[in-house]
Amino acid sequence: MKKISTGNKAVAEAVKQVVPSVVAAYPITPQTEIVEQVAEFVSSGELKSRYIAVESEHSAMAACIGASITGVRTFTATSSHGLLYMHEMTNWAAGARLPIVMANVNRSLGPGWNIWAEHTDALQERDTGWLQVYVSTVQEAYDATIMAFRIAEHNDVLLPVMVNLDGFLLSHIMQPLDTVDVGDFVPSIHLPHAIDVKNPTGYGGLTGPDQQFRFRWDIERSIRDSVTVIAETEKEFAKRFGRKYGFTEDYQCADAEVIIMALGTLGKEAEVAVDLLRKEGIKAGSMRLRWLRPFPNLNLKGKQVVVIDRDYSFGRGGILATEIMAQTKEAVFSVIAGLGGQEVTYEDVAEFVRKRRMGEEFWFGVNSNV
Amino acid sequence: MNNNDRSTTAPRVHRSIRNHLQELNTIPEIPKEEYILKCTSACAGCSDSLALRYVLKAAGPDTVLVVPACCTSVIQGIYPNTAFNVPVYNIAFASAAACASGMSNAFRALGKKTNVIAYAGDGGTLDIGIQAMSGAFERGTDFLYICYDNEAYGNTGMQRSGGTPLGARTTTTPAGKTEGKKDIDAIIAAHDPPYQATACAAYPQDLFKKVTKALSFRGPTFIHILAPCPPGWRYSTEKSVEMGKLAVKSGMWVLYEREYGKLTIGAQSKAAMKKPLPLEEYLNPQGRFKGIDPKTVEVLKQRIAKNFAKLSAEEAAP
Repeated sequence: MKKISTGNKAVAEAVKQVVPSVVAAYPITPQTEIVEQVAEFVSSGELKSRYIAVESEHSAMAACIGASITGVRTFTATSSHGLLYMHEMTNWAAGARLPIVMANVNRSLGPGWNIWAEHTDALQERDTGWLQVYVSTVQEAYDATIMAFRIAEHNDVLLPVMVNLDGFLLSHIMQPLDTVDVGDFVPSIHLPHAIDVKNPTGYGGLTGPDQQFRFRWDIERSIRDSVTVIAETEKEFAKRFGRKYGFTEDYQCADAEVIIMALGTLGKEAEVAVDLLRKEGIKAGSMRLRWLRPFPNLNLKGKQVVVIDRDYSFGRGGILATEIMAQTKEAVFSVIAGLGGQEVTYEDVAEFVRKRRMGEEFWFGVNSNV
Repeated sequence: MNNNDRSTTAPRVHRSIRNHLQELNTIPEIPKEEYILKCTSACAGCSDSLALRYVLKAAGPDTVLVVPACCTSVIQGIYPNTAFNVPVYNIAFASAAACASGMSNAFRALGKKTNVIAYAGDGGTLDIGIQAMSGAFERGTDFLYICYDNEAYGNTGMQRSGGTPLGARTTTTPAGKTEGKKDIDAIIAAHDPPYQATACAAYPQDLFKKVTKALSFRGPTFIHILAPCPPGWRYSTEKSVEMGKLAVKSGMWVLYEREYGKLTIGAQSKAAMKKPLPLEEYLNPQGRFKGIDPKTVEVLKQRIAKNFAKLSAEEAAP
């Protein structure tokens, strides 16, 4: 069904389709609209879920964990400080192998109080064992949320999935949305280690130095296995609903000499910049990274890469740039742009490419003459 | 129906069992089934495991324990073994009540009546876990929250907690705690749960009855168990039961229950109110009170008298 929706409402529509038994959530700008909409669906009876209005994000994730281990489907949503507040529990969720799905609306971190888009929140969760996907349109927010449940709950994965959408730039903008009838695309959940009172088991108790690493390795093995599950899920989604997704979204990359890489809406903006640059005779392409975990194998051989980071790791550099540099020998021009919602237009992106200085880092708005 | 709401605080069908117990008011028939198996890694004389033994006998096999970081996370034993014969979900320190909240909702969504018991120490309840616990009570979560209270962070080697009494030495109050014990029961009462009680590991039959009763209510219920701790309180290991009884007889611990806001003081504590044992008989055997200033003992005595008066007045109120 075609409609017009915000990114936030698209996520809520997707949640309505897959019917989690338990939703536990706490409000935070710019995510609030997701949980308000879910609460509205529950209240009106359109969604048969139990909605727990917890008193904090730490408790939101703890409640999702407690619900999930009984073998039911769970969902939550958060942003920024909320995500950081639940950090202890995001680690727990992955370690406990619970297929919780969470929407995270990417937002800057304080101080100062800045509610605008930035990816540092989710990237600080990079090493928790969660799968992370970054979306760029309202439609993609919807589609990725549906697929997240199927991927998380797949018995070769059994890890939580975080769907990331840019605060305001995507959470609050209106775009066309085509909703689908999910049907059995997301099969009913079967958690092999669900609590069974007839077969009492201890979960997460004392684990010695001779065992803990085995559990860590199991997480890594499943994350590696998730590559196949993600690919299969996206292929099946395309077959059923006609929309194709991959680990990256490539635009004019085949013959490109310089590739622009970014997460989220900036990655989409880069496609317009590519068109501009191509008109000027610059062979540019765009490769928007969708999945950060698992990190895909990227084919960047022989290309110059301009990475735009809406995030930063102090004392090291742009987080995405650092990840890409770890995978390619090609020269990278690292641009730090869009922090705390700083406006970055496709003209700006084109300018980063025109004036690229390979091997260097450039802070947009701080350093002069790109 | 969307969540666990306050409208559900009406008692369940087990009410008849409860009435039966009240009528008898005698020694309950305690099941022979054991849910704490042999070879726990508890310290000698541990009254946490003693209390939990009776908690689980009362709760029965259709029960899940949610345990935050505390002594109970240790005494289960080491993976892949467990000494507990009910499912135990271990969770991070601050989140027992929140985790139990999600679990209870999920079980109810599945149509299961499984008892969800958050079982946490005084640190995990009075200190780091208080926010999640308050939230779960305010939301009317259908669960039983049990705080077993050994009056310090036992697992990490006896540091002060909000539950440590005035004058007690801990590793972080080497000269004795200068503040009093946090009144968590009053905080719980402010949430107006259908049922709350205090208990002590030294009175297992009373504890058994209270757990049975708590689990007969729908909605959040609370039991606060005093759990004397030989290494922490520094008394010899065979004296845990005696120490619990001395706490009650001296008035340092009061046994009562509050049902729909109506307070009933236990017979043992009523006797103590009439004629309390000299407090020194409770303090002197414990290394943690060694060298306590007589002025501090006087303050403790005044607080006991004040607490007795407060509870008696509440019980007598119409």
